[in-house]
Amino acid sequence: MPTKKEKDDLTGQETTGHEWDGIEELNNPLPKWWLYVFYASIVWAVGYMLLFPAIPSLTGYTKGLLGWERRAIVEQDIRQARAAQATYLDGIRETDLSGIMGDPDLLNFSLRGGEAVFADNCAACHGQGGAGRPGGYPALVDDNWLWGGDLENIHHTIAYGVRNEHSDSRSSQMPAFGGMLDRDELRSVTEYVISLAREPEDAELAEAGREVYATQCAACHGDDGGGMTQLGAPTLNNDIWLYGGERGEISRQIANPRHGVMPPWEERLGEEMVKMLTVYVHALGGGE
Amino acid sequence: MAQGATATAETADSRTRYCEETLRLFVIITMIWGIAAFALGVLIAFQLAFPVMNLGFAETTFGRLRPLHTSAAIFGFGGNALIVTSLHVVQRTCKARLVGGEEGAMFLLLGYNAFLLMAGVGYMFGITQSKEYAEPEWFASIWLTIVWVVYLIIFMGTVMKREEPHIYVANWFFLAFIITIAMLHIVNNLAVPVSIYGSFSYSLFSGVQSAIIQWWYGHNAVGFFLTAGFLGMMYYYIPKRAQRPVYSYRLSIIHFWALIFLYIWAGPHHLHYTSLPDWTQTLGMVFSIMLWMPSWGGMINGIMTLSGAWDKLRTDPVLRFLVVSVAFYGIATFEGPVMSIRSVNALSHYTDWTVGHVHSGALGWVAFVTFGALYFLVPYLWNRKELYSLKLVNYHFWIATIGIVLYITAMWISGIMQGLMWRSYDELGFLQYSFVETVEAMHPFYVIRAMGGVLFLIGALMMAYNLVRTIRGDVRQEEAVRPMATATRPAG
Repeated sequence: MPTKKEKDDLTGQETTGHEWDGIEELNNPLPKWWLYVFYASIVWAVGYMLLFPAIPSLTGYTKGLLGWERRAIVEQDIRQARAAQATYLDGIRETDLSGIMGDPDLLNFSLRGGEAVFADNCAACHGQGGAGRPGGYPALVDDNWLWGGDLENIHHTIAYGVRNEHSDSRSSQMPAFGGMLDRDELRSVTEYVISLAREPEDAELAEAGREVYATQCAACHGDDGGGMTQLGAPTLNNDIWLYGGERGEISRQIANPRHGVMPPWEERLGEEMVKMLTVYVHALGGGE
Repeated sequence: MAQGATATAETADSRTRYCEETLRLFVIITMIWGIAAFALGVLIAFQLAFPVMNLGFAETTFGRLRPLHTSAAIFGFGGNALIVTSLHVVQRTCKARLVGGEEGAMFLLLGYNAFLLMAGVGYMFGITQSKEYAEPEWFASIWLTIVWVVYLIIFMGTVMKREEPHIYVANWFFLAFIITIAMLHIVNNLAVPVSIYGSFSYSLFSGVQSAIIQWWYGHNAVGFFLTAGFLGMMYYYIPKRAQRPVYSYRLSIIHFWALIFLYIWAGPHHLHYTSLPDWTQTLGMVFSIMLWMPSWGGMINGIMTLSGAWDKLRTDPVLRFLVVSVAFYGIATFEGPVMSIRSVNALSHYTDWTVGHVHSGALGWVAFVTFGALYFLVPYLWNRKELYSLKLVNYHFWIATIGIVLYITAMWISGIMQGLMWRSYDELGFLQYSFVETVEAMHPFYVIRAMGGVLFLIGALMMAYNLVRTIRGDVRQEEAVRPMATATRPAG
């Protein structure tokens, strides 16, 4: 195909004279603004590379005229953030829990910090704001406590956790009564446990379970079902159920109990954070 | 003949001259992958808004379906579209029959789609090397390498035996796409299988080296698969459909070489504020900024090709798809350099803003230019006089456009909000918001995004219907598409 330059009728521009499957090309020049912005971006890039770390060599890289170093900036930011909180954090470290409660500045700082730390570390299990979740994640806003709701007990539970490998971890285990009680005993003691908290459906059956409860359960859960925080034995007479309050759910928990686990937080969050969390959880509503 | 030929004006002679039988199957499978990809996208968008949609099976959770969606969209829909258009364009613009003939094209069709099935089914059962856009394990990667080399031979061979003195610009872009993807694919997939009988392998690279090679791959998958390849598509179908000459030959040369040279360095901007050294991040950023104008060169050449013929936009919705795709390309290639700036990236990285950016490219550019090309190709390949219904194309255009706008605006708002919430501190130095609070705040935007996806999917289904009817040879009796402006303009 010979090269044949011709004019485009609509724009008056010259074509390059090539043609492919009916497609021709105009020979318009590069748009000026396009070319200048392209040049400008190249000039800018060269300038930026002079100012900032940019060009590698065998032994290192050009550091740039500004001496800018991201790692140093982050370290400085962290130092500044720490310094800004230092007086409070020092105060919290040196003050005991009841002291913190008595100091408005430290209390305010702890409540705000505890809230932030709780939301990102605890809320996944205990729910936002400590509302709890079904299936064994206790609510922290009521005044029903498995391991005690005063400052010292809350602190111990957060710092060392429950049923984990830490030597100071809270620990207890309820036996599986499914292998110890026969079917009738299991039925009656379930009804009796219900009767501690609310009106049973079958009062006679509940009465029949009294004997089993007294011999098997009362040692930990108390004669009246009041529970025992030293052992983490839940209160049974307030109709708050960790694993559900339906008859079947209670029966299953007696026959083959599930046990919750909570990690120890002190190593991960540090002493000050755990104290702040303690104050925050205590203030959620049910602190003793 | 000065301007583009229409399908009907062609002689039977030129029909038999080119390999176009297998291309029909490619068109059909492109459409199937497209609908699968959009439907999966809608599903996982709803999963983000309503987690119950994960359905409780490992195979149907977001984590397994998300790579299925991205691969179906990029490699299933995009890849098949690129292969079919490149094979069509290269024959027509080289005046040469495909090297390998129909058999070669059929091998590509079966081989490439077997790779996709192998990869996709694997994802659902957890077989993945966990590299974004490079999830397929070693056995699938080796198979793709074989298929891709055959593709290169077919394409390059056809270019070499061309009867035209010059190589048309679309073919430069297709060739750059094929060669560079081969290189990226091979290097990023260098791995040692644990056993020849097992699916698992260990990457040859580790730590930050692995990360930078992954994003050298990942960014250039965008640059050479989703950009260069589709620019090749644009350079044929826009002038062809508009029946106008390409705006500037000079611009096409300069922006082609600038794009090819600059894109390959820009990958490190995916790793700002990571353990990647400062100097590498700087390079990724400045090359991204320099890439802005070369990208826009393609947009200018695409849009300005209509100069003197703007009125066609009002009456031809197929051309509108093609031209608006180039406009979205312009938006995305401006947003990209902006997001590569370190301090902007500090806000945008890991947020939904990135997701919105990707989709303004994927839906607005890649899918729209493909829709335009398919609407052009189907009557052409099946030798039909015209599409079943231009009106349906018009509805498809508007529904899909509204879907994209809902999608990207929801993600802009959600992403910037998310970034701002993550970095806000109170006066005592504590984080203002917990992670879950940011998730709660994004919920309404996730719903809007999913609705945008539904619209886009509906549009694609309308297109499938329209194309099927076209293939059957039906033509709907209707008035010509009238521009909205004249329809509503008051008299006088």
